[in-house]
Amino acid sequence: MRFERIRKEYPNGVVACESISFEIQPGTVHAIIGENGAGKSTLMKVLYGMEQPSSGQILFDGQAVTIPSPQSAIDHGIGMVHQAFMTVGTFTITQNITLGAEPQRRGFVDSRRAVAEVDELARRFQLDIDPLARAQDVSVGMLQRAEILKALYRGARILILDEPTAVLTPQETIELFRALRGFAASGRTVIFISHKLREVLEIADEITVMRGGHLVGQTTPEATDEVALAGLMVGRSIAIADRHPAAAAGEVALEVAGLSCLNDLERPACTEVDLEVRAGEIVGIVGVEGNGQTELVEVIAGLRAPTGGEIHLHGDVITQASVRSRRAAGLHHIPEDRMKNGVALPESIEDNLIVDRYTGSTVRRHGLLSPKRIGRFAEELISRFGVRAADSKVPAGSLSGGNIQKLIVARELGDQPLVLLASQPTRGVDIGAMEFIYAELREARDAGCAVLLVSADLGEALTLSDRIAVIRNGRVVARFDDVAAVTEEDLGRHMLGAAESKEPA
Amino acid sequence: MIWDALFSTLFLAAVLRVATPLLLAAMGGLISETAGVPNITLEGSMLSGACAGALVGGFTGNPWLGLIAAIVGGAIIGILLGVLHLEFGADPIIVGIGLNLLVAGFTTFIVFSLLGDKSGTSSLGRNLLPTIEPGPLAGIPFLGDVLLGQHILTYVAFLVWAAVALLLARATFGVHLRAIGQNPLAAATAGISVKRLQYAAVIICGSLAGTAGAFLSMGYVSSFIRDMTAGRGFIALAAIFLGGMRPLGVGFAALAFGFFEALSIRLGNLDVPSQLVQTIPYIATLIGLGLFAWRETTRRRRGSGATGQRRRPVTPGADPA
Repeated sequence: MRFERIRKEYPNGVVACESISFEIQPGTVHAIIGENGAGKSTLMKVLYGMEQPSSGQILFDGQAVTIPSPQSAIDHGIGMVHQAFMTVGTFTITQNITLGAEPQRRGFVDSRRAVAEVDELARRFQLDIDPLARAQDVSVGMLQRAEILKALYRGARILILDEPTAVLTPQETIELFRALRGFAASGRTVIFISHKLREVLEIADEITVMRGGHLVGQTTPEATDEVALAGLMVGRSIAIADRHPAAAAGEVALEVAGLSCLNDLERPACTEVDLEVRAGEIVGIVGVEGNGQTELVEVIAGLRAPTGGEIHLHGDVITQASVRSRRAAGLHHIPEDRMKNGVALPESIEDNLIVDRYTGSTVRRHGLLSPKRIGRFAEELISRFGVRAADSKVPAGSLSGGNIQKLIVARELGDQPLVLLASQPTRGVDIGAMEFIYAELREARDAGCAVLLVSADLGEALTLSDRIAVIRNGRVVARFDDVAAVTEEDLGRHMLGAAESKEPA
Repeated sequence: MIWDALFSTLFLAAVLRVATPLLLAAMGGLISETAGVPNITLEGSMLSGACAGALVGGFTGNPWLGLIAAIVGGAIIGILLGVLHLEFGADPIIVGIGLNLLVAGFTTFIVFSLLGDKSGTSSLGRNLLPTIEPGPLAGIPFLGDVLLGQHILTYVAFLVWAAVALLLARATFGVHLRAIGQNPLAAATAGISVKRLQYAAVIICGSLAGTAGAFLSMGYVSSFIRDMTAGRGFIALAAIFLGGMRPLGVGFAALAFGFFEALSIRLGNLDVPSQLVQTIPYIATLIGLGLFAWRETTRRRRGSGATGQRRRPVTPGADPA
């Protein structure tokens, strides 16, 4: 198949793709990489019929085709596994896989046949699923396998995977890659969208690099390496994978002793967690998502009540303290869900920056908020943290994901905190913003801040952390003081439970 | 004395009778809600159906034409909701309030223009859809008195209940309706036309509510009376949520509301202040919704019934008519 001079201009004048032409060979794994906003998602939406190109065409076997809708893409043998899974929670895995293409008998769903067909398909492609489990009850790994089977069930010859490994453990990733190689070997084509360079180098036969809506390079894993690819993606040389260990850690800044808490379903989320974070070090917490790390951070930040244990900030007990007094004491927080808890999307950048200090003298004059002081304060943070925005009065929601995260980092690190809780600080941000956030976290650490980092990206945890703790089922199951000697596989084994080979609970 | 009245066969027959419009409208609303279109126009559709049915039936002298007119009259409201919400993106609750007010005014207006009577269509004479005569079976105890000899639309309502249950559980169309209600994006990427199905849902919903209206003006009483739905559309809406958006539960919730309405009619004949008695169905609705909310909360807390992407249920507003 071939893209020919694809151009996509949105009604608001943004050109997402400019004259993109390249070929994808059948029976290969073709990776498309680029920063957020590079146009790779738009290109895939065009291929999947969710967007129409402004000009240019898509050719299959030399024939130009138009793809007006996802249904038409499906008819052309194109299947897509979206980054956010397209599942109906209360439906079974079988119902989700067959949705819209159910085997029927007189207007009714032939559910016995559906289960049998799904079961057979899963066996054939060695994708382990439970056809009768409800989608809301199974692991993300199984959901993803179901999404792949959904495409295959419709007879997909071309499989598009958008950031498929973002939610997977290393072991699940290995299994996914094995399956993808199997598809390619059977003559199917896999299009693999990612910005994890190491994975791309491992899985792809060919790599297409996009930047700013343009195709900037095509290569093969044999002909390139991580540094060269990163440089191509951002247009300058970049080194995010380098470790910069802390000089020497200072006093214990944050101490968590025997901390327990419940999750939203009032089941135990954390059980007797002990942690110490010293001034001037980054402690990483890794674990399969849903193993209590989210709740742990919320308890320390004061957003969730603990059921037992104590939290000390520089020796003072803050277990019962309000969020405001914790912040005032120097405990800052980059929340996991930035769109929900990190910013107020409809409000201006200024308001988002002063939200925790509107009572202070930096932004007040004669007891009232001073627009002039707010403006000055905001402009300073915007330029210092490189937030790309028209001005400080535009709504936060108009910024890109990476810039929203920079905005949050600016607020949380603007005045050197004593302790920073950083939850998934670079999730979904592009490599440029990631490099910047890494640098800021390290700078804060070197200035004496104690950083507790929670990351689902093991590479990130290994790169940034000075010490690492693995959490599973709400308990710390392993601690590593010498991070340089630890591999992702080591962490993965502990995350899943060393003796277990099955899905985590 | 009250207990005698409650457990008489006459009373049970009355429960089925007054539950009929609630059951029909609730099944229609259930389909619309399942498909992800919050639909508070049950009241309007019902009133529109009642008016169209009585007028067409009265002028032609043929109640069957009246029934068809009632179905169309209800469906038109569904189509209007569909166009305004699905095409123009208007908020379905605001559109619903507007349509309910529009119907309340328009039915009075059209009846007045045609008949010169603001209160209703009684000047057209009695015009009824038939009651099924029990024939020789009338003698069977209980069965003969309660289940037989009901209005034809009462039987239709129970058939619709069974059909909707089967549709949503097993039929491809019903499964797709549930999918688009829970995760429209998932359904769309699976190649299902979300908008087309939502149109179908609001039209079916309007038709069933229109049928409920036909029962009111051509069965329950024999002519259209201004604002005769008296909040039944909203009680049906309450039944949908009280029944947990499942056909079985919704049907029984509708029957329960029918029970309380029959109770208020029955007690009205006794020595109880009628104003108080008439509030019974509405108080029952409030208590029912309160119980529903309480159950949802406790269930979520236990974590057994937390449905990931379930929509927030629409709380029915006050009767604007």
